[in-house]
Amino acid sequence: MTAALSVDSLWKIFGTRADKIIGTPDAELSRADLKAKTNCVVGVKDVSFEVAPGEVFVVMGLSGSGKSTLVRLLTRLIEPTSGTVSLNGMDITSASASQLRDVRRKQVSMVFQHFGLLPHRQVIDNVAYGLEVRGVSKKERRAKASEIVELVGLQGYEKSYPDQLSGGMQQRVGLARALAGDPEMLLFDEPFSALDPLIRRDMQNEVIRLHRELGKTMVFITHDLAEALKLGDRIMILRDGEIVQIGTPDEVVAQPADDYVKDFVSEVPKAHVLTLKWVMREPRPGESMDGPALPVSTIVRHAARAAIASEAPIRVMDGDTMVGVVDEEDIMRVVVAEEEQ
Amino acid sequence: MRIARSRGARLGALAVVASVALSACGGGGSIDEQTQANEEQAAESGGECGDLNMAVNPWVGFQASAYVVGTVAEQQLGCTVNYKDLKEDVSWQGFGTGEVDVVIEDWGHPDLEKKFFADQGDGSAEDFGPQGNVGIIGWFVPPWLAEEHPDILEWSNLNKYAKEFATSESGGQGQFIGADPSYVQFDEAIVSNLDLDFKVVFSGSEAASIEAFRKAEENKEWVIGYWYEPQYFNAEVAMQRVALPAYEDGCQDDPQTVACDYPETELKKIVGSDWAASDSTAVSLVQNFEWTNEDQNVVAGYIASDGMSPEEAAAKWIEENQDKVDAWLE
Amino acid sequence: MSETSAGSGIAARGLVESERLTNPAPKKPVEPGAPPPGVEDAGISRWIPALGILLVWIAVWSFTKGNNTLALPGREHTDLHQSLTDFNNRLLAGRETNPVMQFTNGISDILRTVFDWLQRLFVRPNLPRPVPEIGWLGIVAVATWVGYAIASWRIALLVLVSFLSFGVFGYWEDSLDLLIVTGMAVGISLLVGLPLAVLAGTSVRANKAITVVLDFMQTMPTFVYLVPVVLFFGIGVGGAVVSTLIYAVPPLVRIGGFGIREVSTTTIEATDSAGQTYWQRLFKVQLPMARKTIIVGLNQTTLAALSMATIAAYINGPGLGKPVINALVANDFGKSFVPGVLIVVMAVMLDRTTTAASERSEKVARGGGGNLRVRRIALAATGVIALVAVFLSRRDLSLAEFPTYTIGSKVADAADSTMSGFIDLVGGLAESVKNGISYGFLNPMQSLLAESPWWLAGLGIVALAVVFGGVRALLTTVVCLAGIWFLDLWHDAMLTLTMVLVGTVLVMVLALVFGVWMARNRWVDIGIRPLLDAGQTIPPFVYLIPVLALFGFSRFTAIVAGVVYAAPAAIKLVADGVKAVSPTTIEAGRSTGQTTWQEITKVQLPMAKGSLVLATNQGLLYVLSMVVIGGLVGAQALGYDVALGISRSEEWGKGAAGGLTIVLLGVMLDRITRAAAEVRRDDGPTTRRAFNVRLPIGPPR
Repeated sequence: MTAALSVDSLWKIFGTRADKIIGTPDAELSRADLKAKTNCVVGVKDVSFEVAPGEVFVVMGLSGSGKSTLVRLLTRLIEPTSGTVSLNGMDITSASASQLRDVRRKQVSMVFQHFGLLPHRQVIDNVAYGLEVRGVSKKERRAKASEIVELVGLQGYEKSYPDQLSGGMQQRVGLARALAGDPEMLLFDEPFSALDPLIRRDMQNEVIRLHRELGKTMVFITHDLAEALKLGDRIMILRDGEIVQIGTPDEVVAQPADDYVKDFVSEVPKAHVLTLKWVMREPRPGESMDGPALPVSTIVRHAARAAIASEAPIRVMDGDTMVGVVDEEDIMRVVVAEEEQ
Repeated sequence: MRIARSRGARLGALAVVASVALSACGGGGSIDEQTQANEEQAAESGGECGDLNMAVNPWVGFQASAYVVGTVAEQQLGCTVNYKDLKEDVSWQGFGTGEVDVVIEDWGHPDLEKKFFADQGDGSAEDFGPQGNVGIIGWFVPPWLAEEHPDILEWSNLNKYAKEFATSESGGQGQFIGADPSYVQFDEAIVSNLDLDFKVVFSGSEAASIEAFRKAEENKEWVIGYWYEPQYFNAEVAMQRVALPAYEDGCQDDPQTVACDYPETELKKIVGSDWAASDSTAVSLVQNFEWTNEDQNVVAGYIASDGMSPEEAAAKWIEENQDKVDAWLE
Repeated sequence: MSETSAGSGIAARGLVESERLTNPAPKKPVEPGAPPPGVEDAGISRWIPALGILLVWIAVWSFTKGNNTLALPGREHTDLHQSLTDFNNRLLAGRETNPVMQFTNGISDILRTVFDWLQRLFVRPNLPRPVPEIGWLGIVAVATWVGYAIASWRIALLVLVSFLSFGVFGYWEDSLDLLIVTGMAVGISLLVGLPLAVLAGTSVRANKAITVVLDFMQTMPTFVYLVPVVLFFGIGVGGAVVSTLIYAVPPLVRIGGFGIREVSTTTIEATDSAGQTYWQRLFKVQLPMARKTIIVGLNQTTLAALSMATIAAYINGPGLGKPVINALVANDFGKSFVPGVLIVVMAVMLDRTTTAASERSEKVARGGGGNLRVRRIALAATGVIALVAVFLSRRDLSLAEFPTYTIGSKVADAADSTMSGFIDLVGGLAESVKNGISYGFLNPMQSLLAESPWWLAGLGIVALAVVFGGVRALLTTVVCLAGIWFLDLWHDAMLTLTMVLVGTVLVMVLALVFGVWMARNRWVDIGIRPLLDAGQTIPPFVYLIPVLALFGFSRFTAIVAGVVYAAPAAIKLVADGVKAVSPTTIEAGRSTGQTTWQEITKVQLPMAKGSLVLATNQGLLYVLSMVVIGGLVGAQALGYDVALGISRSEEWGKGAAGGLTIVLLGVMLDRITRAAAEVRRDDGPTTRRAFNVRLPIGPPR
């Protein structure tokens, strides 16, 4: 199966004559040194990854890590300096302007941090904008748009103008606009960081729900680790435009690639993220083997009750094979270690 | 509430219009009738007058001439007269584009004649003969000065008094009041070629000069300047002419070397060639127009001293001098 | 007119954007650990070296004065001027064959034809009809209806009263002529300006190029346009519309371009990512989102057009400017007063109407504006009434020709007698003020600038420019001075410069006194501001007349007129600048126990330095543009050269050289003050911002 999105050695360097830098030793310089030497700034540095169809792929990093640049490179809102981006096997980086337009119209939609709504249009026409630029008739696009409006829970607000809505509702409009064209892939650029925490949680749940219902491939940019852990099937951590680590949430928490990531994940409640895979051990000789069986992907926190209730250690199963055991003490170690921090 | 108020305002607005409209009613009559009358009149007078573009140069005497001719053309020939406030030069340039048909009072512009008359220039303008006025340009002082210092009327004595004429503008020399820059004038050249200790300061307009002369006569101030006849103001304050070296033919040909007095000029009418060749009924009116310095001063006085509009002044004079007007219309 | 200040507020914000474009690397806070930034200013006031230069200048002047001043008497010209005149003559002689002249004359003809047609429709008898096609009642009704349709019933009422006042005061035809010329110029401005605004708004490079041209256009005093315009487009309607157009386009391009640029980048990205084309982006996103700002630009353009159309009376442009200029020639204040007031009425009407229309369109675009159906019915009903009025005005003579009232001449007489009473009262005082300033300040300064040998004056100016503007100002100053020298009007340029400097000093004194007072006292502000707004709307010719009556023909008259003309803008700038000083800083200062005087001189004025420099800049350019017009009332120098060039064809070359010299002088003063603003790092970015969106020279803003 081809990847929904495949990125290969993607570079973005801002500045004049930036394309001349790649391939020279200068490219290996740190960001600050390169800036001092050539006055060019590295946005994205030699990034490669693949996203599977239906996957939620989270790109995480602090501000300035190049994550927003990266997501814009995917549909060439910013032109890459070098490297390739392929969508379902189609090379975006060499697409013509009209091919690119077609991709943007039909395959990929994007949701923005600051919404980017048109203040002079009603909600329904904002949602229908993507259809409008495609040339869909007014009646048809309005019908489609009202379906989507309902899907994101905005029924009744079709005729409102954006500035009459709260931030959360405006972002629902942004989401609806992205969904209206029925794209295969959704790109989210820190969509919820401008919202307050309660609304942010609602919106995250909304995304999870939509993903479950519609099964779209999603690339999700965020600086919030909790959000990344909550939404992501896999997480890619960027720093200064470079990939630091790619992995599933529990991999990232359990095996940080370096101190940078370690620092990041240090505050994460590990019991909520880690699976039994990361706490299980070989059975000790003479240990009882009649404790309850749980799959290896069980979150530690969810296994706690079973471990306390059972005298015998939990058997950790990968399918029908037992891969290890976990007892009450192993679990307590994770939970307590966290509280001591 | 809001709607009620806006409706009230609208009603109020209507009422205002209606009352102005009503107050205007009563006079006049049907437009159709007048249109018909106009058509008939045009048919009777055997030809259309059409538009008459009358240049109005910036002095009151010119206004007087222009509005008298214009008013006659309008009232008796049914012309549409367009008065255009223009400087002399600009007026001449207008002949070629049809912006201007008539310059009713020309004080002599050899350079412009060369450019626009047929013999040397593009032929867009032609001389339509004298208009009766005789123009006198010269250096003048207010009467009190001529009376108390009679020798000042001779140019060679001017330097003796130069210091008396000094002002904040003249930088230690005597101040000579120059005219509107568009007028025919050589004063700076005369001052320097006669070695006079004076500086020419331009008043910028006829009115400003008059104001200065009037104040000078009232307050016995020392003032000397460029002045001319016909000029209604001379009836109020009889400005006295200072004799410069006498005019001889050709002494003003080179503007840089002028050292003589201004000549007496027979003022003439200049018209656009295209217009003159047209069948406008106003052509013969302009050709026949001729009057005297006194006539012009009367009308100019109506305008400048009595504060009449040029139209009113012209109409008044026409009424008083119907015989002269009739002669132009033959 | 609070709307105008709203306009400039938007304009000021515009600078943020252009600044970002011109200065890609904004100042960043120093990171911890980095070495502290070097001291940028040695702390010596720039006035000390300036004083030194002045002393040296005076020393050298004392034994060289009067030599090599390059003075050229009023009616003399040089070979250069002669060749310019010959150029003019050749162009005129060849106007039948020269393609450029044919093109421009063709445009002129078209403009004249359109104007003529509109005049027969609205203003003058369409023979053989004794009256225009549509009489006054119809015009008033339709105009009122339009006011209602595009704005509100309040505006309709304002339009109604304004139009009636045009007629009642006896200037019906001149007022309509002025409206037609203004309307034509604004219409063409839209055709020309909108595409340029789009270009400036969407392309960084185009924006840079366009800004350079606009800066130049707006530095040129209005009076100077007239020389080339008359050459190519002739006198009358053609020249009037074209010169008005040149003056009116810049605000639309600038503000419109800014509005388009200002459209949120997120929205552009978001809609781009939906796969829109360039044109979809322009027409569905950028233009609708920039509409309000574009209309603000249109508002400024309209007011600029009105102001210039008045000045165009000098080349026989039709409209209310004509009675004003006639009154100037006749030295009759009363006769200029009524048309002057009507011009203000018209300006207020146009300003309020366009502003209200913009607000309304914005409201409608966002779903406001009340019940649509009710409104449609009301519009249709009032529209029918307007049509009936048009019909009646076509039938009945008394509804076609505006009735004559005597009130206009009564007001004129009253104004006249008030004025002469005033002059009788203060004439003596005025004379001594004039003599005091002329002998004590103007003459010595003129002697230093104009009686120095040209090389000394040139060196002195360059040195002072470097002191105040830094190296940045050096090149422009040298180039401008070289140009002035080349054009053979050095002496006249120095005379004009003297008047401009003296005028600007007076302007700044007024600006400091009234600006600080307004900023510190809300009631003073409320009282004075409307006067300043009105002052910016009155055509400059109008106040030349009373000033002339008071001071006679002299340089001082031109200077005073320039001060009157420039002071409103400068006072407002200073007031707003002082007011913008953060209250926290003032509180902090007060907590140290400073006196009011210390607060003003140590906190408020230093912190408002940016505004002071900007006010000086505007003051210089405004005074320059007025001093040039002052050439008509005995101010001599460059203004006289231009007036001479316009009025005498054999001096055209000298007038053109004078015009160019004025432009060079303006560019030089502008660049030096701008550079002075940038030299001062401690001002922060505000000054630089304010310079980037320039206001047109001349009222109204």
